[in-house]
Amino acid sequence: MALKHATPMLDELEKGPWPSFVSDVKRMAAKGNKMCEDWLGLMELSFKEKEGHWKHGGIVGVFGYGGGVIGRYCDRPDLFPNVAHFHTMRVNQPCSKYYSTGILRKLCDLWEAHGSGLTNMHGSTGDIVLLGTTTDHLEPLFYELTHEFKMDLGGSGSNLRTPEGCLGMSRCEWSCINTQDIIYDLTQEYQDALHRPMFPYKFKFKSSGCPMDCVASIARSDCSIIGTWRDAIRIDQEAVKAYVGGELVPHAGADGPRKDFDIKAEVIDLCPTKCMEYDGKTLKIHTSDCVRCMHCIRVLPRALRPGLDRGATILVGAKAPILEGAQLGSVVIPFIKMESPYTEFKGFVEKMWDWWMEEGKNRERIGETIQRLTLREFLKVVELEPDPRMVNTPRFNPYIFYDPAAVPGGWEHDAAAFRQRHQA
Amino acid sequence: MGQIDFKGKTFEIDEDGFIASFDAWCPEWVDYVKSSEGINELTDEHWQVIHVLQDYYKKHGIAPMVRILTKVTGYKLKYIYELFPSGPGKGACKMAGLPKPTGCV
Repeated sequence: MALKHATPMLDELEKGPWPSFVSDVKRMAAKGNKMCEDWLGLMELSFKEKEGHWKHGGIVGVFGYGGGVIGRYCDRPDLFPNVAHFHTMRVNQPCSKYYSTGILRKLCDLWEAHGSGLTNMHGSTGDIVLLGTTTDHLEPLFYELTHEFKMDLGGSGSNLRTPEGCLGMSRCEWSCINTQDIIYDLTQEYQDALHRPMFPYKFKFKSSGCPMDCVASIARSDCSIIGTWRDAIRIDQEAVKAYVGGELVPHAGADGPRKDFDIKAEVIDLCPTKCMEYDGKTLKIHTSDCVRCMHCIRVLPRALRPGLDRGATILVGAKAPILEGAQLGSVVIPFIKMESPYTEFKGFVEKMWDWWMEEGKNRERIGETIQRLTLREFLKVVELEPDPRMVNTPRFNPYIFYDPAAVPGGWEHDAAAFRQRHQA
Repeated sequence: MGQIDFKGKTFEIDEDGFIASFDAWCPEWVDYVKSSEGINELTDEHWQVIHVLQDYYKKHGIAPMVRILTKVTGYKLKYIYELFPSGPGKGACKMAGLPKPTGCV
């Protein structure tokens, strides 16, 4: 079936081995999907002119919520009337994105009936993204999602965005915390903050089971929950010998089948704190110097395992460059136990939010609020003691503020008394 | 951009139903918008929110942050959603004639 618009440039992207989004959308369009047809035409125009063809912004949504739908309107509705409205709906995904085909089939049927049938699986924050529908379909879609699917919208706007975790204990032997339970629990606990914008700006949670950080929480969430342990790495000496002897493949075979494993060059010498020793028989790790970087565990997964006294490190403040420059999360809680119902962690979260909601400027991420008002002030409001693990290096400049209460005599001085000792 | 006529008044609006210019606002506008925003009858409390938004906008040239709106009106955010089901941005700001909220929405 011939499509409505010629797309010579997009057609080029059907070549090559990678799955082509153009072929996929064309397949939808060939079924008579008019939104997909016009979407292809619009993309071709943008490729040709090297300019976007969506109007600025868009404010649509469902009653009761202040976010969840990203409104979008085409700026050439005369040429592409079927994408004149092309709103995106964010649907909250199950943590780590495990599905049954049953629910996905139902969701596809619902979406083809109410929208373009195009999706993004998934948005980078984690949501199921339903790409392209019209304003009049929003409430009916929302009704079916909640009543038939028991699914809810994700977050958008100045609020708690959809939290996401790595797949955690579901199929990883390194996970020190139950990321899925944590993410599900936080999502449910803070539904109100997710659906009704109340913050100075957006706020994200992400949780990884270990420092490998497979959801990149340290870079992509305002509050990052990363699993770790406090005791010793568990060592299976026989398995270490099997790696050295070539019976086991290092990196679980990630570098291909190889027989030349050199434990000294690839593990002992690469340890960032040099806290490992191997004498040809026994592998030793000096736990007090281990920073739990995961390298040795990653190379020798059958021989080394995280310890058993487990919890998480909490980092705060990651954000993209706008406005004050990109930031990764900074350690604020070196170790916290993370067991359901996470009361201690939630206490921290609420103290953090109370402060940021009061002090944060309009559209200021919490990382920038901390930058502006200092980590010291932040630690005070969340009632945490400063700890050497919170800094990479101490400050080099001497502009040090003191609390007047901590200085004998305070800040009030008698100028006349000074002059008695010092002539003008 | 479209145009609508209501009770003898003409309003320029965008696709989202926001009024093109704050100066074109009049009480008839509120009357026109209310049904599409899920509101049957306007109470004094609705009007208080609308007036706070308008006063703030006239003074500062921007809409107030949610926190300021709740502080000044004394209404919790939950109650503002009871008054304006689409929330303070899409609901109340639209009715008050303020420009459309922008940014990462």
